Amino acid sequence: MNILVCVSQVPDTTTKVAVGADGKTIDKAGVKFILNPYDEFTIEEGLRLREKFGGSVTALTVGGDGAKEILRTALAMGVDKAIIVKDDNREDSFSVATNIAEAAKTIQPDVVILGRQSIDYDSFGMASMVGELLDMPSISVVSKWSIEGTTVTAERDIEGGKEVVSTTLPCVISAQKGLNDPRYPKLPDIMKAKSKPIEERAGIASASRTQTVSMELPLSKRVGKILGDSDADISELVRLLHEDAKVI
Amino acid sequence: MSTIVVYLEQKGNELKRSSLEAITAASNVAGANVIGLLVGGDSAPAQVAGAYGLKECAVAKHDLLNGYSSTAVASTIAEFAKSVNATSVFFAATATGKEVAPRVAVKLNAGFVPDCTALTGSTGAIVASRPVYAGKAKVNVSVTAPVGVYSLRPNVFTARKVENGGTVSIKDFTPSLSANDARVKVTNIIRNEGKLDVSEADIIVSGGRGMKGPENFHLVEDLGKALGAAVGASRAVVDAGWRPHGEQVGQTGKTVSPNLYIACGISGAVQHLAGMSSSKVIVAINKDKDAPIFKVADYGIVGDVFDVLPKLTAKLAH
Ligand SMILES: Cc1cc2nc3c(=O)[nH]c(=O)nc-3n(C[C@H](O)[C@H](O)[C@H](O)COP(=O)(O)OP(=O)(O)OC[C@H]3O[C@@H](n4cnc5c(N)ncnc54)[C@H](O)[C@@H]3O)c2cc1C
Ligand SMILES: Nc1ncnc2c1ncn2[C@@H]1O[C@H](COP(=O)(O)O)[C@@H](O)[C@H]1O
Repeated sequence: MNILVCVSQVPDTTTKVAVGADGKTIDKAGVKFILNPYDEFTIEEGLRLREKFGGSVTALTVGGDGAKEILRTALAMGVDKAIIVKDDNREDSFSVATNIAEAAKTIQPDVVILGRQSIDYDSFGMASMVGELLDMPSISVVSKWSIEGTTVTAERDIEGGKEVVSTTLPCVISAQKGLNDPRYPKLPDIMKAKSKPIEERAGIASASRTQTVSMELPLSKRVGKILGDSDADISELVRLLHEDAKVI
Repeated sequence: MSTIVVYLEQKGNELKRSSLEAITAASNVAGANVIGLLVGGDSAPAQVAGAYGLKECAVAKHDLLNGYSSTAVASTIAEFAKSVNATSVFFAATATGKEVAPRVAVKLNAGFVPDCTALTGSTGAIVASRPVYAGKAKVNVSVTAPVGVYSLRPNVFTARKVENGGTVSIKDFTPSLSANDARVKVTNIIRNEGKLDVSEADIIVSGGRGMKGPENFHLVEDLGKALGAAVGASRAVVDAGWRPHGEQVGQTGKTVSPNLYIACGISGAVQHLAGMSSSKVIVAINKDKDAPIFKVADYGIVGDVFDVLPKLTAKLAH
């Protein structure tokens, strides 16, 4: 089985976000970048498929030079091959999806695995976009799935429950938490990964269909009213919810 | 006049409220001619949208639309949008909207702006705001392609009834689908029985590590019952196995925007805030007056949940 896993590099979740000099993206100075937490599931799922069906796993990222770091993590976890498509534009999902799809066409995967969301731009859209660009079916937010022959059955999370979805290979899925327990790379594998090759490809310029006009930090809009815990305070809270906020 | 197509989702025989919100949001875009689109269902729900100002609605019918197929729905929406020269297509950012909208964007070669929380400007010059980096920042985005596909975060836009609302003119639309369009099929839906889901609730009462253990969550559930609310949880308690994963609110859980969110013994870590800070009204109950949750709260009670929750529940039950 030919497996492609897509991984993105994102700022660590505890990063303090400041708007950069361009007024449109974050100030990257001092920001620690990590593997998108959902893509730990992405890589793990690729490795498990290989363990089950044989074949090879390729990890792919679209990003700047720094993003090679997460490919090293993928190699340490056990992927066979790593590719970086050099394109710093991460804001427009169409552009990223186009770059992923162009690379995928040269790999001819049976399965493409992505994460549910990339926690920087949180578009949730990549699996559907890549699927459409490759003319493959896609199922997003998958928490459980199986492959029998060419038949794929998956459960995906929806409001108030799960959908059981069926399709056929080749296909694209996006991984939800719960799909698997990602392994931790071992120290010797981390060391070995440092010298493994990473293939570089040029990105496709100007595939964007949106532009960022500006980035802002949200004003803390709430002027909170802080009360104590006396009976009178709790009655006051109930009154405020009824009469001021009118939410109950 | 440019046309905005609004994809309408139904639940049972009714339109989802998030779809009505999308109708109002589309109607508020200056210069827009709004057309609703129902796919593969009955046309009756469309009439309800008349009260919200919808004048025109298409109902797509095709054998391949019997039984839900995300890919067939995407093909139908894109074909319809082309047939009416739509400049924008609006979705609610529901589980369905999040999966279908990006496919439609590719089919229409359109700019894709997901999970919007505000829209300004006129048709052709819409500026959409959306939260990024777990809500620590927001970007204002415009579409540079001729067509834009937007999904709107549920319960952030208001569905507004109009004074002169009336009947909706309904037309059938027959998409030209082939078996290839319906490659993805939903074969079954497993409902979480008897429980209100956080992603669909108007009121949510959430508990965190301050609840001390799973055996104390009945205090959260009781308050929830008094309010007709769904129960939510922080990741700390889900990871600890105190509560099921489906209740987790936050960056790696569910994004919610209820009318009222009550956080009990939750510190307010940025990843938790990412999932709930767009709630209309936030109440925090925490014994640490410096807990970050108070920074986003409209009302706060500095106190012990074991003392405050039973009292609050009793007062609300009256
Ligand atoms: C990649 C990543 C993703 C994450 N995603 C999520 C997510 O989706 N959702 C999420 O919630 N978290 C998420 N987290 C975890 C997050 O950082 C916090 O660890 C978590 O939200 C803390 O949960 P908590 O507030 O319940 O616990 P704590 O931070 O331990 O807070 C407990 C609070 O309870 C108060 N308290 C204690 N006893 C009482 C009492 N008797 N009465 C009143 N108050 C009391 C304390 O003052 C404290 O403020 C994520 C973290 C990472 C790294
Ligand atoms: N720059 C990127 N390079 C490779 N894969 C990406 C990139 N951005 C997003 N993805 C993939 O798409 C998933 C969902 O991202 P998104 O739709 O942007 O929230 C991620 O978990 C990754 O698997």
